[in-house]
Amino acid sequence: MPEDSSLLEIRDLRIEATVYPPGEAPHDITIVDGVSLKLKKGKVLGLIGESGAGKSTIGLASMAYGRGGVRITGGEVVLNGRDVLKAGKQGLRSLRGKEVRYVAQSAAAAFNPAHRLMDQVVEAAVVHGVANRAEAERRAKNLFRKLSLPDPDNIGKRYPHQVSGGQLQRVMTVMALCSEPDLIIFDEPTTALDVTTQIDVLAAIKDAIRDTGVAALYITHDLAVVAQVSDEIMVLRHGKLVEWGRTQQIIKEPRKEYTNQLVSVHEIEHREKEPSGQPVLSVKNVTAAYGGGPIDVLKDVSVDIHPGQTLAVVGESGSGKSTLARAITGLLPPKQGSVEFAGRMLPGRLAERTRDDLRELQMIYQMADVAMNPRQTVGTIIGRPLEFYFGIRGKERDQRVDELLEKIEMGHGFKDRYPAELSGGQKQRVCIARALAAKPSLIICDEVTSALDPLVANGILRLLLELQAEEDVAYLFITHDLATVKSIADSIAVMYQGSVVRYGSKSKVLTPPFDDYTDLLLSSVPEMEIGWLEKAISSRRMESAGN
Amino acid sequence: MGMVTRLVAQRLALGLLLLFAVSILIFAGTQILPGDVAQSILGQSATPEALANLRKEMGLNEPALSRYLDWLGGLLTGDLGTSLSSGASISEQIASRLANTLFLASVAAIVSVPLAIMLGLIAVRYRNRWPDKMISGITLASISLPEFFIGYLLIFFVAVKLAWFPSIATVYESMSFWERLSTVALPAATLTLVVLAHMMRMTRAAILNVMQSAYVETAELKGLTAFDVIRKHAFPNAIAPIVNVVMLNLAFLVVGVVVVEVIFVYPGMGQYLVDHVAKRDVPVVQACGLIFAAFYIGLNLVADIVAILTNPRLRHPK
Repeated sequence: MPEDSSLLEIRDLRIEATVYPPGEAPHDITIVDGVSLKLKKGKVLGLIGESGAGKSTIGLASMAYGRGGVRITGGEVVLNGRDVLKAGKQGLRSLRGKEVRYVAQSAAAAFNPAHRLMDQVVEAAVVHGVANRAEAERRAKNLFRKLSLPDPDNIGKRYPHQVSGGQLQRVMTVMALCSEPDLIIFDEPTTALDVTTQIDVLAAIKDAIRDTGVAALYITHDLAVVAQVSDEIMVLRHGKLVEWGRTQQIIKEPRKEYTNQLVSVHEIEHREKEPSGQPVLSVKNVTAAYGGGPIDVLKDVSVDIHPGQTLAVVGESGSGKSTLARAITGLLPPKQGSVEFAGRMLPGRLAERTRDDLRELQMIYQMADVAMNPRQTVGTIIGRPLEFYFGIRGKERDQRVDELLEKIEMGHGFKDRYPAELSGGQKQRVCIARALAAKPSLIICDEVTSALDPLVANGILRLLLELQAEEDVAYLFITHDLATVKSIADSIAVMYQGSVVRYGSKSKVLTPPFDDYTDLLLSSVPEMEIGWLEKAISSRRMESAGN
Repeated sequence: MGMVTRLVAQRLALGLLLLFAVSILIFAGTQILPGDVAQSILGQSATPEALANLRKEMGLNEPALSRYLDWLGGLLTGDLGTSLSSGASISEQIASRLANTLFLASVAAIVSVPLAIMLGLIAVRYRNRWPDKMISGITLASISLPEFFIGYLLIFFVAVKLAWFPSIATVYESMSFWERLSTVALPAATLTLVVLAHMMRMTRAAILNVMQSAYVETAELKGLTAFDVIRKHAFPNAIAPIVNVVMLNLAFLVVGVVVVEVIFVYPGMGQYLVDHVAKRDVPVVQACGLIFAAFYIGLNLVADIVAILTNPRLRHPK
């Protein structure tokens, strides 16, 4: 045994890319700026930071791979005693897929839709001569079993579209383990999954790492997730190292202010309001199906939203949350039931609603950049509802736009900018201003913070709460993120397979006794606590044994 | 498999419907064409009586609908009618012409399709480097030159200067297969050059589009060779658009060869059609039009069906 069991050592890594911003000359930017790290055999290092922190870029650089026009311009990446950056084409090929493997964020996109899973899982092992086809398949089946995939002997015969997202992510982990690598780069492997699925995949990955002794770089933006699997955590920001320490130290005694912000990101003070007066919007026994089909996507859904309050609708993907928003806005006329606005029936179909009905209900979407016309300036985008609903033009319109920009904490300077020139958080703010411009009584927020980094998302949530207090607007807040719900909701509706399974004021919904599904949902949210994963998994096993 | 069978049956039914609609269009189109067969047969000096008699004899005075139904009935029983100018059965005349055209088209297709796809793959492998630029340059130059010009260039250099192949591509019944092959070499080469660029560029574009996918990155990070990444992981997902453009070009090889056939004096459908347009021989024009339409529809149908069959989501439903 050599003294130094270091597997991967990165020294003073520098990565640059050429960017082509609209209206500016192309120039080089530094994506990773002098980062160094060390990883010992069989250990897990978590890389954490917001988007643009350079974490994925560092992960891929350890395979000497640069996405898009990214260039590695300096430093050393030493794997198993060899500088990867000087390995040459042939050397890189023999290293990728054999010594280092990569597990991507979206397994659904990372598997080739044209080939069966088994062909893809064993490919690298066979190509690199780690095992022959039969031996590799046997190994893959064992790993399928170990990662508790259903029907491990036959799941390899399936095509990627025939298995669920959570299963696919586990198959991807098997694919990585199959060639017995020394290092696996996990790049946000659970981010695209529902919270109840995430916990299983997380546990599977953790077990696999422990049992095979493979080392891992675990990249994520979610500190609570990385705390479950890592021995050490490295916090990155704008391509630079902020802090690097043992997991316990990072989450309990962060030394840097930025780490502290990440740790305490969800703490928003919000006192729950009592429901009062007539509801601004009542959904009564709504049942809806797409295309007049026989499958009801919404089943007998009833909820009330009170003026100036927030109803959070939570559930996993496919639970019917967004369909509820479509039924309320008239995009999907319900089969049965009604939507009442301020005590008055709204026509089910969008085309039959008056312009004032439309004005009263506004929407904000998850993907702010596709919800805006890329060829219109911020001023035009925000000014449009003013013209359309109120006929305000010219100077008065400009003045209102300025006021709205003020409200969303962006200056007048943004009026002449195009969406492409804004950051993700700024784009979402412009969408909020556009919704507010119509002076609505209710804004439907569909996963508005899901695509944003935690700190930026936090800023948006605070802004929404402030605006609610000023404008007395109600929110229907659709999200899969329970932490968000806890910080902003007044009442909560939990949806599961098209039905509301639990509904009431926030304190009531979040106080035991829980129904089974809400319990599962709540217990699946990762907590910033070492050992949470094991506790959650074992209490789940005990429950299912008790049943 | 149920879904695939249903989709394929649907496409076939649509194809037949389309063919029926085209038959109406062709018939209507030839009715509004200026000119008169009787006039062109008898010449400018014919007496009005003679013209009227001939028209009556040829059934040109019947109402259009009944003539259409007669024609359609004949088509359904395999009878394309009789040529007005020669009085011979069109079906018999066309049979040998069509066989010649299909022979030429097949030779051109067998060379050009694999060549175009290979060149496309190579262009992707060395994208934006000199092999890519050279392939693009040469194929674009060949598509930019008019086909008659390419044809004469080939005749001048290959037939006249080098004397490798005959410049006139007249084929006979008695020719052996190899003789035939050598006879059609030049027109086939001309056609290949004409269709190569389109298919090659489309192959390149379709694969490059797929090369952006996350699964191609996965394949690269498995340490596969660049060519294996393209062949095993990108190409299978680009088949549908490639087959589409291949079929469009195969249809062109059957339908669009008029100029090439004329240059090389090749007895194919194109020449036959052009001759009879000049003679105002409406039944022949109609028959040729319908056969061309059937090829277009049939080949595009094949492209559609291949796209359905190569889609794993349709072949293996959840």
